[in-house]
Amino acid sequence: MRIFIVLFVVVASSAGSAEHSFSNDFVSIPGGVFRSVIPEAEGDNLVAVADFLVQEAPVTNAEFLRFVLHRPEWQRGKAVSLFVDGQYLSAWASPISLAPRSGPRQPVTQVSWFAADAYCEWQGARLPSWYEWEYVAAANRSVADARALPGWRQEILSWYSQAGGEPIVDVRSSPENYYQIFDTHGLIWEWVDDFNAFLVTGDNREQGGADQLQFCGAGAITMQEKENYAVLMRVAMLSALEARYTTRNLGFRCARQGGMEK
Amino acid sequence: MSCRGQSASLVATVALILLFVSLSIAQSSDGESLPANSVYNLQVSVEDQFGDVTGLDRYRGHPVLITMFYTSCPHVCPMLISTIRLTESKLSIEERAELRVMTISIDPERDTPEKLRETMERHSVEASRWSMVRSEPGDLRAIAGVFGVRYKQLPDGEFNHTTRIILLDRDGTQIASTGQLGRHDAAFLEAIKASLH
Repeated sequence: MRIFIVLFVVVASSAGSAEHSFSNDFVSIPGGVFRSVIPEAEGDNLVAVADFLVQEAPVTNAEFLRFVLHRPEWQRGKAVSLFVDGQYLSAWASPISLAPRSGPRQPVTQVSWFAADAYCEWQGARLPSWYEWEYVAAANRSVADARALPGWRQEILSWYSQAGGEPIVDVRSSPENYYQIFDTHGLIWEWVDDFNAFLVTGDNREQGGADQLQFCGAGAITMQEKENYAVLMRVAMLSALEARYTTRNLGFRCARQGGMEK
Repeated sequence: MSCRGQSASLVATVALILLFVSLSIAQSSDGESLPANSVYNLQVSVEDQFGDVTGLDRYRGHPVLITMFYTSCPHVCPMLISTIRLTESKLSIEERAELRVMTISIDPERDTPEKLRETMERHSVEASRWSMVRSEPGDLRAIAGVFGVRYKQLPDGEFNHTTRIILLDRDGTQIASTGQLGRHDAAFLEAIKASLH
């Protein structure tokens, strides 16, 4: 038992210190009301977000490595296929070591929703909701909601149009935004807690068709703010995923309830 | 001497208890190891219409039909239940006795055990083979995740959700599903029959 504890400490400290000198702090985000691309109800696209905390940057490979060392059931090869697909962490050199092309400061990708959810729970946190993510991602460097500014929109659209081709750079390579958080756009896509809340019909098809029966309640959601393509692309991507899927450009960060630093 | 005898029997009793505990742990958690894609790998608890709490695997050993619903849903959810009953009616008595049904609420705040029991009574389903359950609210996204169900609560308290009826084999692997409501899906029925034999 004593040997086990010693080993545990050694593993934890080596993974934590050498490769990863900064911590991924939770930043306090004041709540507010904003216009979402996904309206809660037809004709009303104002959404209230309560105060919350969110991690400054996406979770890195080094951070995720520390997790799988502590929770071996989430190592590649051990995580069951109910929770991950065949590409889970496949860029890593081994289940417990990184590779040159997936370095310690790069955001971890090829993680499923279940793995991301388990990581955040291990941190005493949770994944952000879609509205929380959309709320902080509406900011540019100087204002909380920059979405109406054509220049900013053009900037993020140019990344979305090339996403997938370029190698993924380290987190925090671009300046932080108004909320002091990094990489909401321009680096990776991110899981949200309620990714499976999207019931998007691509266009506003006629009501009453066979597809309509798929949805109980008030019918399918149609998306507002059609000019806001960048964020709509995120929605479209998330709505096509199953919780066990992983992709090369999809990572996550964690959030917590509340308005103050822990 | 009598004291010695007592302590010896105490040791024996403790040893027996330990043996029993370790045996029962091995039986319940790992009796036969689960397939990697079994939904029973998801460790969550659910509370049924009587307030009894179990894992998702309460019907392990039987083929199970699963759906996600909520009891105050006006149209589609009653259709989900009647579709399952319609499908069941195409089975023989022996087949039906072997099949289990679990409907999982996406509205655990309002769907209390009492509410679930009322709904079961209203649809006159057999409590020996059916259960209507709710989960911890924090586990619901993961449960929907394993079943591929999408749902969203609306400001008025209603939900949008996709409707699927899923067939699990005896070990909890999803082997078929249908989105057809109001009539029985012939291919799905065949899959159910095959799973029962």
